[in-house]
Amino acid sequence: MKMEKKFPHGFHLNVNDFIPATAEEKAYMVQMRPSSTFFKDGLKRLLKNKVATISFILVVLIALTSIILPMFWPYAYDAQLGITPGKPVDASYNNLAPFQYGATEMKRMEAGEEIFPHIFGTDSAGRDYFIRVVYGTRISLGVGFFASIIVLIIGLTVGSIAGYCGGKIDMLIMRIVDIIYSLPDTLMVILLASVLSVSLEPIIAGTVLEKLGTNMISLFIVFAVLYWVSMARLIRGQILSLREQEYVLAAQATGASGKWIITKHLIPNCISVIIISTALQIPSAIFTESYLSFLGLGVNAPMPSLGSLASEALNGLTSYPHRLAIPAVVISLIVLSLNLFGDGLRDAFDPKLNS
Amino acid sequence: MNSKSMLYILKRVLLAILTVWVVITVTFFVMRAVPGGPFLSEKAVSEAAIAALEAKYGMDKPLFEQYLTYLTDIVTKLDFGPSLKQRGRDVIDVITDGLKVSAKLGVVAAICAAITGIVLGATAALRRNKIIDKIIMIVTTAFVSMPSFIMGSLLLLTLAVKFPIFPANGNAEGGLVLPIITLALYPTAYITRLTRSSMLDVLGQDYIRTAKAKGVAGFRIIFGHALKNSLIPVLTYFGPMLAYIVTGSLVMEKIFAVPGIGRAFVNSITSRDYPLIMGTTIVLATLIVIMNLITDILYKVVDPRINLE
Repeated sequence: MKMEKKFPHGFHLNVNDFIPATAEEKAYMVQMRPSSTFFKDGLKRLLKNKVATISFILVVLIALTSIILPMFWPYAYDAQLGITPGKPVDASYNNLAPFQYGATEMKRMEAGEEIFPHIFGTDSAGRDYFIRVVYGTRISLGVGFFASIIVLIIGLTVGSIAGYCGGKIDMLIMRIVDIIYSLPDTLMVILLASVLSVSLEPIIAGTVLEKLGTNMISLFIVFAVLYWVSMARLIRGQILSLREQEYVLAAQATGASGKWIITKHLIPNCISVIIISTALQIPSAIFTESYLSFLGLGVNAPMPSLGSLASEALNGLTSYPHRLAIPAVVISLIVLSLNLFGDGLRDAFDPKLNS
Repeated sequence: MNSKSMLYILKRVLLAILTVWVVITVTFFVMRAVPGGPFLSEKAVSEAAIAALEAKYGMDKPLFEQYLTYLTDIVTKLDFGPSLKQRGRDVIDVITDGLKVSAKLGVVAAICAAITGIVLGATAALRRNKIIDKIIMIVTTAFVSMPSFIMGSLLLLTLAVKFPIFPANGNAEGGLVLPIITLALYPTAYITRLTRSSMLDVLGQDYIRTAKAKGVAGFRIIFGHALKNSLIPVLTYFGPMLAYIVTGSLVMEKIFAVPGIGRAFVNSITSRDYPLIMGTTIVLATLIVIMNLITDILYKVVDPRINLE
């Protein structure tokens, strides 16, 4: 059925346009596989990277263990097992070797009672060491995570302000960033942490924050004050260069709105860098926390962190070497797998490295 | 050296001076912000005694005047005032005594790290993807991920306690071997990785291919062309390496009981010896800033291609 058009430019409808599609033509329209987004692509690349995937699973396992296990563990991290109210201190609970029991526990076991073993023994104050390591892992991971979030928020805000506003504001912010950047960070951290922990005591007394301990809060303040600069620099640079990209100009020329450009061009290109550097910030924060705890400026006793556990273990090193080895291994494992995962993230999500 | 690089160096020196000034100022005011002042931790001191102490140390004057005195004393006489807890000693004496010990260890560690790192890195790059390269990369990855205090403690645990090859105390004979290894391991691992990647980069350059095509002998290509040029990025690490050695020596000296500046610093924090904390922070920070400055300038001088922005 063929019908010529009388006038080529007329408004007559062409009958051929309304013939039902053949099976072959329909096949063209079938979606062979779902369209891939930037994140799906990156995720696929990330999952192909075996080292990064295993590292991620390891970190998640450690994190879940440290959160869930203390909930139903029979011993508390700060319970001194040798101390029962109204009785003299039972020193047999101090410095137990792994899988050994205190005097009263022995008696109860002879009576046929099941006693939960002290897997890693106890410390010098008679506290179950396994739960202290688990709890210390929770503290270290928590500090790393929240410190990175703080750094991210401040860095993102300041960096984007500098990038968007430009001009004098940018100049001023970047000079401040330059100076903070050239300060020797660890020394400043030690200085601020040692002073803040003293100054904060009267301020937080009686509030919720008191439970967290002055040292911990000063640690967060130190991170907020010092470590945002590299994040701010990074984000400012990203926004500055992205704003000048040809595809942004092309989008503007084709009439894209500002909202479209920001959500479809700037953020997807920027967010990978943000995610990667936040992920890499976590191990460095854990590093710093454990370093300060080791020097005696970290968490307040009796709260454990991996660094403070290692520091305490130094005193009885010759007799109880496992007390040093365990937190040392855990912290190295966490930092190593977070670093490997961060590297994997960078390889998978940084579009500029893919070429 | 053109005027543009002179301008860059001038700018960089000014920034360094500004940084040191910021360090001094922050340290001063942060320390003065401690509630109750430095004498509060002393047991049962009467108010009259505190007033007398404050007068003796010039702390009854207005804050800004104290600040100016402190600043001018440092700049003109290198005077950080007397130590509060070590009676009769000036802060600067404690610092110089400690620095003598620490500097020796730090320099030896830095030299060891540089030599071992460059050799291992070049080996790994030349044997790329061979078994030796893989071993070097795995070991260095592990060392880079290990905090310095873990490294020191594990060394102490294995080489001094379990297998007593070296003494655990830094003051005994041969006791400085473990502290030096502790300090050097991380920079060694880092320099190895840096040398490897920059060497691989250089080996892919056109002039290496040209040299090969001309028939230049293998070792001359490696030593005359590749190694020389791949050491430039390694040079930039010397500033950060000093910073690492300084902070690393704080824990190292605690672990091995070495009487250096790091231990003095840690002790001053626990005993709240404020003038000593301030003095040590300022001296160490200045050292790091100066080293970073030298590294930066050297980097631009060695490689003129680098953009002077």
